[in-house]
Amino acid sequence: MSTQTTTATTPKGLSGSVWLLALIPLLLLGVVLTYLVVTGGGLSDLSGPPVEQITIQRITLPEPGIIRVEVINDGPETITIPQIQVDDAYFGFTADPSNTLPRLGSAVFTIPYPWVQDETHRIALVSGLGMLFVGEVTAAVETPSPSLNLFTRFGLIGLYVGVVPVFLGVLWYPFMRQLGSKAMNFILSLTVGLLVYLAIGTWLDANEFAAALPAFFQGVPLVIFIALISLGILLAVGSVQKDSESTPLGLAYRIALGIGLHNLGEGLAIGAAFALGQAALGTFLILGFTLHNITEGVGITAPIVRHNPGLKHFALLILLAGGPAILGTWVGGFAFNPVLATIFLAIGVGAILQVVWEVGKLVARDSARLNMPLLNWVNFSGVVVGVAIMYFTAFMVKF
Amino acid sequence: MNDVTRRRFLKVGIGATASMVGTGLIAQAMGAQQETPTPTGDEYNEHGAHNNMSEMLMGTVDHERNGFDPMQMLVDWDWGTVSTDSNGRTVREYQVSAGDIEIEIAPGIFFPAWAFNARVPGPSIRCNEGDYLKIHFSNYGTHPHTMHFHGFHTAEMDGVPHVGRGEILPGEDFTYEFDADPFGCHLYHCHATPLKRHIHKGMYGSFIIDPKAGRPPAREFMMIMNAFDTNFDGGNEIYAVNTVGHEFMQRPIPVKVGELIRIYLINIVEFDLINSFHLHANFFDYYDTGTSLQPTLRLVDTIMQAQGQRGILEFHFRWPGKYMFHAHVSEFAELGWMGFFNAVQPEDYASALAEAGLDEEWDRKGMQGGQTV
Repeated sequence: MSTQTTTATTPKGLSGSVWLLALIPLLLLGVVLTYLVVTGGGLSDLSGPPVEQITIQRITLPEPGIIRVEVINDGPETITIPQIQVDDAYFGFTADPSNTLPRLGSAVFTIPYPWVQDETHRIALVSGLGMLFVGEVTAAVETPSPSLNLFTRFGLIGLYVGVVPVFLGVLWYPFMRQLGSKAMNFILSLTVGLLVYLAIGTWLDANEFAAALPAFFQGVPLVIFIALISLGILLAVGSVQKDSESTPLGLAYRIALGIGLHNLGEGLAIGAAFALGQAALGTFLILGFTLHNITEGVGITAPIVRHNPGLKHFALLILLAGGPAILGTWVGGFAFNPVLATIFLAIGVGAILQVVWEVGKLVARDSARLNMPLLNWVNFSGVVVGVAIMYFTAFMVKF
Repeated sequence: MNDVTRRRFLKVGIGATASMVGTGLIAQAMGAQQETPTPTGDEYNEHGAHNNMSEMLMGTVDHERNGFDPMQMLVDWDWGTVSTDSNGRTVREYQVSAGDIEIEIAPGIFFPAWAFNARVPGPSIRCNEGDYLKIHFSNYGTHPHTMHFHGFHTAEMDGVPHVGRGEILPGEDFTYEFDADPFGCHLYHCHATPLKRHIHKGMYGSFIIDPKAGRPPAREFMMIMNAFDTNFDGGNEIYAVNTVGHEFMQRPIPVKVGELIRIYLINIVEFDLINSFHLHANFFDYYDTGTSLQPTLRLVDTIMQAQGQRGILEFHFRWPGKYMFHAHVSEFAELGWMGFFNAVQPEDYASALAEAGLDEEWDRKGMQGGQTV
C-alpha cells in the first residue's frame, strides 16, 4: 500500500510497476474465470436445462422449389437443428456451413420445397430438444435477383417517393418569400410540427427493425443511445459556433440531413416490401408517399426564406433530403440489413430532434422580435397543422 | 437431471418469429467469429441430401442408444412367466417398471419420456383368454404412476387415483391381478394425474388377449399409433407408429406375397381427436377392439380411431412391391406417421429380411406371436 501512495504522488508519468498494479485485478479475474470454467465454481447443481434460441434473419425464395432460411444463434449455447418443417411437414435440407450453430454463429438452410406463388408458407426449424423456431413467408414470390432493369425500377421508386416530393415542396420557396413575418412564423412552426411527426415516425420504424434483431444487439437500448449520441454530437457542433448563430443555410442542410435519413428508412421499407412480395398496392403506396413527403420541401427551405443561397444549394438540399430514398430502396430490395437500418434510423431520430430544437429557437427569436409570447396562436396552430398534414397524408401509406 | 423441470425455461425460444426482412451482412460478420462447427452427419451436406427422399425426416435414429427398435417392437411379445395354479389354471406373471428416460423420437430430436420398462411404447403384454395375470409393477420414476388396463377387472385393480391402491408413488410397487378377459386387442396406460401428460409422455402399451379358439395363422405386427409434443404447447410435433417418425419409410417392413398379415392397431395419440390407418393398393377386414371373431368391417382400406380405440386388421398382398401405409390425416403422415411394407415372393424373403437388417428370429417372432401353432 505504501508503494502505491508514493508512486501516486509522483507527478511524472506512470512507471512499469504501476501498470503492473493495474493488471492485478485483471490477472485475478483470469484466475476466477478459469476456476469457474474448470470446476463449475460449486454451482454445477444450479445449472438449469439447456436454453435454445435462434433468430431467423431472413427467408428468401431464390428460385421455384427452393426456400432459403438465414439463421443466427443468439442463445447462450450451441444449438443443433436436426429437422425442418415446412407447412407442418418434415422436409430434407442442406445446411451451410453446418446445422450445428455455435453461440453467435450463423447458418443458411436450403430446403427443396415446391412453394406456391402468392400463398403463405410457414417454416419451423426444430431443435434437438424439439423446440420450434418459426418464420413465415406471407406471400410467396421469387426473391428478386439484382438486374439492371430491377435496379432502374427500384431507383425510380426512390425518385418518386423521395426526390420528386421534396423538389415540389421546394417550389413553394418563391411564394414563401412573399410572406410577412407572422406568416413566416406560421410556416416555421409548421416545420416544427412536421419534424416532430417525422421524429416519432422514425423512432417507431427504428424500434420495429430493432425488435427483429438478435437478442445480443439489445435493439431498443441501441436505438435510444444512438439517437441520444447523434443528438448530442449535433448540438455540440452547433454550440461550437457560439457568437454567430448557426447560419440559416447550415440549418437548412441539417434539416435536409434529418429528413434524408428518414427517407432512407422509407426507401428501405419499400424496397424490402417489394422484395418480399408485400407491395401489392405498389403504385398506390408510391402515390401516398409522394403526397406525404411534399411538405418536407417546405421545411427545408423555411429557414432560408430571407437568404436565397442560389440554385446549386437548392439542388444539393433536394438531393440530400430526397436522394437517400433511392439508396434505401436499392438496399432494401437487394441486400437488406436490419442492423444498419436500425442504426441509420436511430441517427435520423437524433438528427431530426436536433433540427426541431434549432427551428424552435428560430421561432422563439422571431416571436420575440414581434413581441409575441413563444406559445401564441399562430405558432401553436402552425405546429398542429404541420402534424395534421403529415398524419392525414400518412393514411395513404399505413396499412 | 430432473426431467420434470428440464424444459421449463425453454419457452423463451418459442415463437421467435422471423422478421420478414433480414441480413446477409450480419450472417457474414458472425460467420467470421464462429468456431469450426462439428459436422453432425453426411445427410446435412449436399451429397447426403440427394440420397434421401426429400419429403421426410432426415437421418437415422440410434435405436441402440434408445434401447428399443420400432421394427423389433412389431413382433416383440411379452408372454410373461408361465406357471400353473392348484386348479390347473395358467398363471402369467409380468415385470413392469416405470421410469424416466430420454428417447430419440426422430433423427436428432430427443424427448424426455416417462416409460414402462424403458421403452415407448411399453412391453406388449400378451396372453390367452382365461389366463390369470399378475403384473408386478414398480415405480422407479420421479412421479406417481399407475397401470390401467382395458379389460374386465375389479375396481381395486383398475389403476386409477383414489381407488384401491390408487397412484403408486416413486419407490413403491404393486401387483395388478385379474383374469385375461375378454379376448381382443386392448391396451394399458398410466392413469395418474394429470392424465394427459402421463399419456403423452409415453406411458402406454398393448395388451393382447388371444381367443381360446385361436386365430388363423398369420404374420402378426403390433402397431401403436403415438405422437410427441416436443415443445409442450398442447400439439404434437412428431407422429409415428411405435414412436420413431418415418422409421418404416426408411426401413420398409418385409412381408410375403399371399401370406395373411394381422395388425394389432392401437391409437394413443394425445391432443388430436382422431387418427387413422390407410393401406395402399389393398383392402382389409377389420375387427373393432378385436373382441369378435367375425370382422366388424369387411373390405375397407381406411379406418378411423379415436384415442384409446383399437382393432385388428387382416389382409394379404397380391403382388410384390412397396406399399405405403399411413394416417389418412395427411398432416400426421407428413409429420412422421407414414411407412412402407415391402411385399416380396416367398423365395425372396430371406434377402428382404437381410435388406431391412432383420434375422430369422424376427421372422419367427412375427408368426403367431412367436408361439408354436
